Amino acid sequence: MDTIIESSSVGLIKPGVIEPIKVEVQNTISRDDRTTVGEAFVDDPRMTLRNVNVFYGAEQAIMDVSLDIGKRQVVAMIGPSGCGKSTFLRCINRMNDTIDGCRVTGDIKLDGEDIYHPDLDVVSLRSRIGMVFQKPNPFPKSIYDNVAYGPRIHGIATNKTDMDEIVVTSLTKAGLWNEVKDRLDQPGTGLSGGQQQRLCIARAIAVNPEIVLMDEPCSALDPIATAKIEELIDELREQYTIAIVTHSMQQAARVSQRTAYFHLGDLIEIGDTDQIFTNPRHPLTEDYITGRFG
Amino acid sequence: MNNQIQNNGVERLTSMEKVQAGLAQRYAKERRFRRLGLAAVMTGLLFIALLLGSIVSNGYSAFWQTEVQLEVQLEQADIDPEVSRDPEVLSVADYGGLVKRSLRNTFPEVKGRRDKRKLYEMVSSGAAFQLQDMVMANPDLIGSTVKLWVPADDDIDMLVKGHIDRSKPESERRVKDQQLEWLDELTSQGRIRSAFNTIFFTAGDSREPELAGIWGAAVGSMFTLLVTLCLSFPIGVAAAVYLEEFAPVNRWTDLIEVNINNLAAVPSIVFGLLGLAVFINFFGLPRSAPVVGGLVLTLMTLPTIIIASRAALKSVPPSIREAALGLGASRMQMVFHHVLPLAMPGMLTGTIIGMAQALGESAPLLMIGMVAFIVDIPGSITDPSTVMPVQIYLWADSPERAFVERTSAAIMLLLGFLVSMNALAVILRKKFERRW
Amino acid sequence: MSPTTLILTLAALSLFGFWLGRQRSIVVARGKLKDLHSLPVYYGYYTALWCGIPAFLIWCLWLALETVIIPDLVVAALPSKLRDVSPDHLTLIVNDIKNLVTGNIVSSNVDPAIQVAADHYQHLLNISHMALAVVVLTLAIAGAVLAWKSIKLTRRARNAVEGTVKVFLVASSTIAIFTTVGIVLSVLFESMRFFDSVPITNFIFGLDWSPQMAIREDQVGSSGAFGAVPLFAGTLLISFIAMLVAVPVGLMSAIYLSEYAGPKLRAMAKPILEILAGIPTVVYGFFAALTVAPFIRNSGGLLGLDVSSESALAAGLVMGIMIIPFVSSLSDDVINAVPQSMRDGSYGLGATKSETIRLVIIPAALPGIVGGVLLAISRAIGETMIVVMAAGLSANLTANPLQAVTTVTVQIVTLLVGDQEFDSPKTLAAFALGLMLFITTLVLNVIALHVVRKYREQYE
Repeated sequence: MDTIIESSSVGLIKPGVIEPIKVEVQNTISRDDRTTVGEAFVDDPRMTLRNVNVFYGAEQAIMDVSLDIGKRQVVAMIGPSGCGKSTFLRCINRMNDTIDGCRVTGDIKLDGEDIYHPDLDVVSLRSRIGMVFQKPNPFPKSIYDNVAYGPRIHGIATNKTDMDEIVVTSLTKAGLWNEVKDRLDQPGTGLSGGQQQRLCIARAIAVNPEIVLMDEPCSALDPIATAKIEELIDELREQYTIAIVTHSMQQAARVSQRTAYFHLGDLIEIGDTDQIFTNPRHPLTEDYITGRFG
Repeated sequence: MNNQIQNNGVERLTSMEKVQAGLAQRYAKERRFRRLGLAAVMTGLLFIALLLGSIVSNGYSAFWQTEVQLEVQLEQADIDPEVSRDPEVLSVADYGGLVKRSLRNTFPEVKGRRDKRKLYEMVSSGAAFQLQDMVMANPDLIGSTVKLWVPADDDIDMLVKGHIDRSKPESERRVKDQQLEWLDELTSQGRIRSAFNTIFFTAGDSREPELAGIWGAAVGSMFTLLVTLCLSFPIGVAAAVYLEEFAPVNRWTDLIEVNINNLAAVPSIVFGLLGLAVFINFFGLPRSAPVVGGLVLTLMTLPTIIIASRAALKSVPPSIREAALGLGASRMQMVFHHVLPLAMPGMLTGTIIGMAQALGESAPLLMIGMVAFIVDIPGSITDPSTVMPVQIYLWADSPERAFVERTSAAIMLLLGFLVSMNALAVILRKKFERRW
Repeated sequence: MSPTTLILTLAALSLFGFWLGRQRSIVVARGKLKDLHSLPVYYGYYTALWCGIPAFLIWCLWLALETVIIPDLVVAALPSKLRDVSPDHLTLIVNDIKNLVTGNIVSSNVDPAIQVAADHYQHLLNISHMALAVVVLTLAIAGAVLAWKSIKLTRRARNAVEGTVKVFLVASSTIAIFTTVGIVLSVLFESMRFFDSVPITNFIFGLDWSPQMAIREDQVGSSGAFGAVPLFAGTLLISFIAMLVAVPVGLMSAIYLSEYAGPKLRAMAKPILEILAGIPTVVYGFFAALTVAPFIRNSGGLLGLDVSSESALAAGLVMGIMIIPFVSSLSDDVINAVPQSMRDGSYGLGATKSETIRLVIIPAALPGIVGGVLLAISRAIGETMIVVMAAGLSANLTANPLQAVTTVTVQIVTLLVGDQEFDSPKTLAAFALGLMLFITTLVLNVIALHVVRKYREQYE
C-alpha cells in the first residue's frame, strides 16, 4: 500500500479542470450516465488513446473510450466480466488484428506515433508492446528457447553469448532464474502454473518492450503464485509501463497506481487507485467495488 | 535508479534498431512462405483439374456412337423357308449373312475375299444380333426390305470421332484407305449418323467396344452394395451402440477399439485375401458372386460406419439419457427410443460415406474373382458378376482405342454416383445438424 | 421349397408370432394392462424371437453344412475311375457337376457319368431342402407355441427381449476382433504352407523374384525364385516418391488453408481437395497409365533420358496425388488442435505469421503430423490399383525412379487373379506377401494411432 500512495502522489498531477466538477457531481451522477468520470489524462503520457471504438462485426464492444497511460506506472482495468476490458487491452498492441471481423476506430498513439497508421509495422509495434495472457501459454519448447524466441525472431541477439545474457537477465527479472537455472533445457510446459506465467513474463520482457500488457495474468493461478506475480509486477514498474486487466479488485488495489473501471464497453471512471477504491465518484463504480454486482 | 534508466534507454534504442533492420528480410520470408502455401493449394487444385480434364476429354465422346444405316432384304428363303414362324427356326437363321449381303449390295464393285472382309469390318458384329432381335420381335417383317441403323465398328467410330488421324500413312492406322472411301461414300448418302449410345448404358461387357456396356457392372455394383448395406448398417450401428452405451471400460473393449481403428487403416487388398481364404476356400461360397463381394466390403466398411456412428452417439447430450432414465425407462428403451433417433442422421451420413467407399473399391474384389469377363447382366446376388470399378480396370487393360473412351465414360458415371452419394451425405448432415 | 422362400416364410411366421404374442398378453391381462410385467409389444417381440431365431440359426447351419456334405456324398457315389484322380482334378470335376446343376456352361462335353452325378447332386439337394423346410417350420411353430403358452402376467418379456438384443449388440461389436483374427489366420496358415516349400530366409532376404514354377520338369527359365527384396524395394521406392509429393503439398496446403486463406477460398478449396480423397483408386490408376506415364516418358525422352513406360515415378507421383488430401486433412486436424493461446503468445511477441507457423505451430503439432505421415505411408504401401495399372511386373532391384519396379501388392494381384492352385508355392507366395503387408501396415498403424492419440490428449 505504501508504494501506491507514494507513487500516486508523485506520479500523477491531477488537472485542475476536473477537480471542481468531481465534488459537485459525486452524488448526482445517474446510473445511466456513461460519460467518463475522473482524470483520464496525465502529463507526459507514454500512450494516448482517444475515442476508441471496437466492433465485432456489427456489435460494438468498446464505446468511445479515451485515456492516457503514463510512464512507469501500472494502470489497472477492472470491471464485470464481458465489460470489454480485455478487448480494450488487445487494441493497444493490435492483437485484435488476428481476430476476423474485429474493427478498431479512434486514435491510439505510442509516444505520439499512431499505431494504427497503415505505414506502421505491427511486428515492430508488438516488439515494443509486449503481452502476457490470461492462461500461461509457454511454447512446447525448452525454457531457454521460450525466452530466446522473441530475441531470436527479431534478431536482437546476434550470438550465443548475447542470447545467454538476455535469457539470464529476463529470467532473473521475472524472478524465475533461481528456480530454473539447472533445467533450462527442459520443456517450459513442465513447470508449475505460476512458474509458467513468470516464464511468459520473462519471454515478454526478453524482447525489451517499452510497455507490457497483462490480460488477467493471475486468473489461472493459486494465491501463492498470484502473490509472486504481483510482487514481480511491482518490481517491473521501475522499468516498464504496465497495463493490467484484472477481475480482482484487491489485485488492482495492490499493484496499480491508476485504475480504470469499465462497464459494458464504456469507460465509467478512471483515476488514482486509492481514490477509486476509497471514494468512487460514479454510482456504478461504487456498486461494483462494494460488491453489489460483478 | 537514474543510471539504470539511462542504460535502458540506450539498450532499447539499439534493440529497436535491430528489430527495424531485420524487418525487410522477415517480411520477404513471410511472403515466400505464403506463396509456397498458395502454390501447394494450387498444385492440389491443378491435379484435380488435370485428372478430371483428362477423364472428361477422353470420355465425353463415348456417349455417342457412330451408326450405319443398312438396307436389308429379309428374304423368306433365307430366314424361314418353311414359313413355320417357329422361334427356334428364326433364331438360328444366318443374320450375319444378311448383313453382309446388304453391305455387298451397297458396294457392288467390291470383289475379292480380302476386300470383302474389310467391307464387313465396317459394321459391328452386333448388327446381326440387332437384326435377329428385330425379326424375332416382329416376324411379319420377313419378306420385306428393312432399313435399320446399326452400330459401326469401333475403328470406324474412332475415325468419325477424330481419334484416328486420316493424314497418317495407311500402314500406321487401323482404318484402311478403302474403308475411308466407303465411309465417305456412306456419309455422302447420309447413311452415317452419330446417335446417343444406348448400348453403353444397357449392355453387359463385350470384347467389341461398340457392344460393351456398363449396365452389367452397374447391376453387379448394386447387388454388392445391397449386400454390404444390409449387413454393415445394422452390424455397425449395433456395435457402435454397444461400445458407446453399454460396454464397460475394460481391456476387452479397449482391444475392440484398437482393432476397429486399426482395421480402418488395413490395406483393402488384405481384406481380399481374407475373403478368398475364408469365404471362398473355407465356406465354399461361389467365386465372382456379389454376395462374397458384399461380405468382404462389409468387413472393410464396418470400421468407417462404427467410427461415424460412435461420433454421432457421442454428440447426443447426456441430459437426454438422464431424462429418459429418470422417467423409468430401461437402458435399452433409453437408447432405442431417445438416443438412436437423435443420432440416426449422423449414422446415416457415416453409412453413406462408407457405401461410397465400397462402391469405389476394387482391389479386394480382384482377389475374390469379380474380375471375370461377364457378358450377362447378373440376376441375383449369387450370379457371377463384376462391379463398376473392376469393369473400369478391365477396360483400361484393353488395347483398343475405343475402350479408352469407354473407360473414361465409365469413370465419369462412377464419379457421378460417388458425387451424388456424398452430396446426399452432406445434405443429410446439413438438414439434421443439431447444435446442443 | 427353396431356402430363400423358406426364409421369407419364416419372416412372415415371426410377424404372425408377434401379433399372436401381443394379443395373448392382452387376453391374459384381461384388459388391465397395468398388471402385466411388460408392455404388450414386448410379449409380441418375445413370441416372434422364439419363433424366428432358433429356426433361423438352424437354417444358417444347415446351408453351411450342406455345401460340404452333399459334394462329399456325390464324390463318394462317383464311379471309381473318376474318383481316383488327383485332388485338384477332383475339385474340377465337382465344379463341373455343380455347374451342370446350376445350368452354367461346363468346360467339356458332358460325360454321362458326370451327368449321372449331377442328377444325383440335384436329387440330394432337393431332399436336403425339403428336410430343411420341415425342420425349420417345425421349430418355428414349436417356438412360437411354447412362447405363446408361457405368457403370464409375471413373465418378464421385456427383460428377455432386451437380453436378446444385447447379445446381438455384443456379437456385432466383436466382429472387428473376428475380422482381425480371420485376417491373421488366413494369411498365416497359407504362409506357413508356403514357408514349408520356400525357406523364410530365402523369401525375406532373397534378391531374385520370378514366381513362375515349372509346369514340366524340363521347362527352361522357370526355376521359381521367391526372393522378395526387389518387391520390398519397389514398394518403398514408389511410396517414397508418393510421400515426396504428398507431404509437402498436403502439409503446406493445410497450413495455407487454415492460417492464411480467407473464408471464401477456404470454403471453396477444402471441399474440392477432399474430392481427391473420394476418387476411387482405379481412376488414379487409369490416369497414371493413360496420361502421366506417357507424359513422363515423353518428357524424359526430350531430355535424352531413357524412361520406362511403367516408371516408378509415374506410379509414385499419382499415388502422391491420391494421398495429398489424406495428409492435408490429418494435418489440418492437428494444426487446429494447437491452442489459439500459442498463436497469441507468438503474435504478442511480434512474430510474423510464418515465424509463428514454422517456429511454434509446426513444432507443437509435430507428433500429430508425424502420426499422420505414418498413416499415409501405411496407405501408400498398401495401395493396390494405382500400382497394378501403372507400375510394372518386372522385379527390378533399383533405386532409379525412371525404371519399372514392381510392388508387393502388384504381385499379390498377379499371383491370385486367374486360375489358382492352392498347393503351388506360386499361389501361396501371395499370402506370404499379404502377411508381410499386413504386419508392416499393422505396425505403422499402431504406432501412428498411438502417437496421434497421445498428441490429442496433450491439448485436451
